[in-house]
Amino acid sequence: MATLAVSMFRRLEGLFCVVKPSGVHWKLVRDNVEKNLLKGLNAAPPQSCPQQVRFLRDPGADTETTKSLTLSVASVPVLSKHPLVTGPEFQRIQVGVGHRLDVSSSGVLVLAVGRGNRVFNDLYETRVTRDYTLECEFGSATDDFSDTGRVVERSTYDHITLDKLNRVLAMLQGAHQKALLTYSNVDLRSQEAYELAVQGLLGPEGKSVPILTGLRCVHFQPPNFTLEVQCLNETQKYLRKVVHETGLELRSTAVCKGVRRTRDGLFTLQQALTRHHWTAPHVTRAVQQYYSSKKNKKTRAVADRGDRITTTGGECDEQPPNLNQ
Amino acid sequence: MSSSHALLCLRCRSHLSSKTMAATLLYSTQVRHYATITNAAPKIQNGLLFFRGTHRTMQKWKQHMFCFSDFAKHLETETKEVKLAEKLSRTDVVVYESPILPIIDAVSVNERQVPLDLDATDELSALEEISDEEAISITLPAAMPPASTSLRDYIDKSETLSNLVQLGVNLWKLEQRPNVGSMLLRLNYKTDVAPRLLFLKDIGVEDSRLGFIITHNPYILTESLESLHARVNYLKSKNFNSETVASMVSRAPYLLNFSVKRLDNRLGFYQQQLQLSASNTRNIVARLPRLLCGSLEPVKENLKVCKIELGFKENEIQHIVIAVPKVLTANKRKLTQIFDLLHNTMKVPHHLITKFPQVFNTKYLRIRERHLFLEYLGKAQYDPALPSYISLDCLVSLPDETFCTDLASASLEDFYLFQKTI
Repeated sequence: MATLAVSMFRRLEGLFCVVKPSGVHWKLVRDNVEKNLLKGLNAAPPQSCPQQVRFLRDPGADTETTKSLTLSVASVPVLSKHPLVTGPEFQRIQVGVGHRLDVSSSGVLVLAVGRGNRVFNDLYETRVTRDYTLECEFGSATDDFSDTGRVVERSTYDHITLDKLNRVLAMLQGAHQKALLTYSNVDLRSQEAYELAVQGLLGPEGKSVPILTGLRCVHFQPPNFTLEVQCLNETQKYLRKVVHETGLELRSTAVCKGVRRTRDGLFTLQQALTRHHWTAPHVTRAVQQYYSSKKNKKTRAVADRGDRITTTGGECDEQPPNLNQ
Repeated sequence: MSSSHALLCLRCRSHLSSKTMAATLLYSTQVRHYATITNAAPKIQNGLLFFRGTHRTMQKWKQHMFCFSDFAKHLETETKEVKLAEKLSRTDVVVYESPILPIIDAVSVNERQVPLDLDATDELSALEEISDEEAISITLPAAMPPASTSLRDYIDKSETLSNLVQLGVNLWKLEQRPNVGSMLLRLNYKTDVAPRLLFLKDIGVEDSRLGFIITHNPYILTESLESLHARVNYLKSKNFNSETVASMVSRAPYLLNFSVKRLDNRLGFYQQQLQLSASNTRNIVARLPRLLCGSLEPVKENLKVCKIELGFKENEIQHIVIAVPKVLTANKRKLTQIFDLLHNTMKVPHHLITKFPQVFNTKYLRIRERHLFLEYLGKAQYDPALPSYISLDCLVSLPDETFCTDLASASLEDFYLFQKTI
């Protein structure tokens, strides 16, 4: 017979996403979530101590002279099953992290509890794209490509227009498109390649170099500008390097002030839980939401999202991971 | 060794089966270390035979394996006092006859050696008819493992442990600490634990806090009562009244483990370094008693950070410490991070930060989120001279709801949505 805490744990198992604040290591986020979930699980009222029947001698009958035959019955609680002796019911739970974010980035971080961790192996293999928003600034170049690094070079940026920026971004995107085709492991002159390209499934499987499947500028006000990126197999440092290279292509310099992940596969910022909601009931709700949305998505075809970047080739594609394996 | 076992079989009626005999043999070979005979032993030695010795073979066992022999010896002394008269009257043969835990060792046999007669065996059949009195007096040997990593195997047999659990002591947490479990098993409730609990009650600690104190500081049960009294008297001599002393002990369980000299040293340090008056020192120590417990090095470093890195003047530091003593034990990195945000990003001057020292007690992320939200709404104004001024204490101390409705005039959902964009 499962206790309350165990049934609550069953409802927690699955995937959900949180908003990682910037300046916090992802491990601290994971530890905090685990701590809060444990608190929620162990807060359930524990089972009462089982009783044991003992036969006790009457006091005063222990002398050598008289030994009375009377025994009294008492039902005493078995202290070895007391919660203060056995400890809390749940002492550790497995909370796993999906694609990691480095310390200065923020945004969607996918976590899994218990049996949901099995999904992650498949998740790393499948071709799942991620969305980032990069806040950038013209005028300086630093050693780690972010605004908190040591400044290496300063330059002017008055000559930059939106048109020039778009041209540079299109050129970068073309280069990445070529990389996409090269790493897709199919012979480009075959029928198979054509069919994959039509469906938008052309791309590398498993590990490869970082590839940007989509890149565009959403806000331009010199010196600040914002880029929106869709990518595969990337790291946040690579994205900052892309910003740096954009600056160089424009005969100026640029640094990245902030990297924010807005989507990781099926998980968007909308469903993500902020710091104040990292508690057991909220996480349970998020996990249930994930399961129900997965059921709906299986029936729908991969949608062409109008508000996203429409590029000539690779459409963002996710194969929803199967938890029922 | 077998001869002595056989002798035991002859006399001891409470071993109902040979399996128990084998079990006791097992116990004897596995016990790691025998403690020396306690004070109670000499008066028993006249009538009974003790087999004792030391085993050096099991030293590789882990630290927190509780010593069966310590507990066993303890239990024996308890039951011995009860059954002593009985035993002496029953037999004049010198045989060790505790029915609970015979401790046998091959290495050294104490005192008298008894000549054995292997052919004379008593019937030990289970179908033998015995009188009712003997039936009642049969007690099974305790089914305790000789060594264990958990206290739950011993709790049913130990008076100390059962009473501690009923007080609310978290034994599970204590058994994780090395050697604490063995120490608790060795304590005698009547002579060790009860006087100290009564002492704590006398100085004014509430019953509900006794469990907390022992969970955090089990070593208070091994401090001598004279030194405990001396330390409490010292605190009272420094003009701490009794309720203050009681509350200090409740909140800093390790306080009474420190010598008078160390307490004096610390009080002197706080008074001199911060140049506080006696009553102010008493005030901050009463509110944060763990200042007297920890090391002084982090405190000195924090003071240096405040003075040199953050640039506060002496009187400002005094004011901050009197208002929020926790600054003395706070994390240096956190202090500098919060100060950096306040002074360089939010452009709040020193004197204003000194006026609201509770900002150093909050989470860095909290201040950052709220400040960015107000900046986004255009309401981030921290200068009292200008209109629509937002004071720092409102910024950090108000709960989210009130902050959103009063200061930011926005809804809570907007605040959460905004947090996803920073």
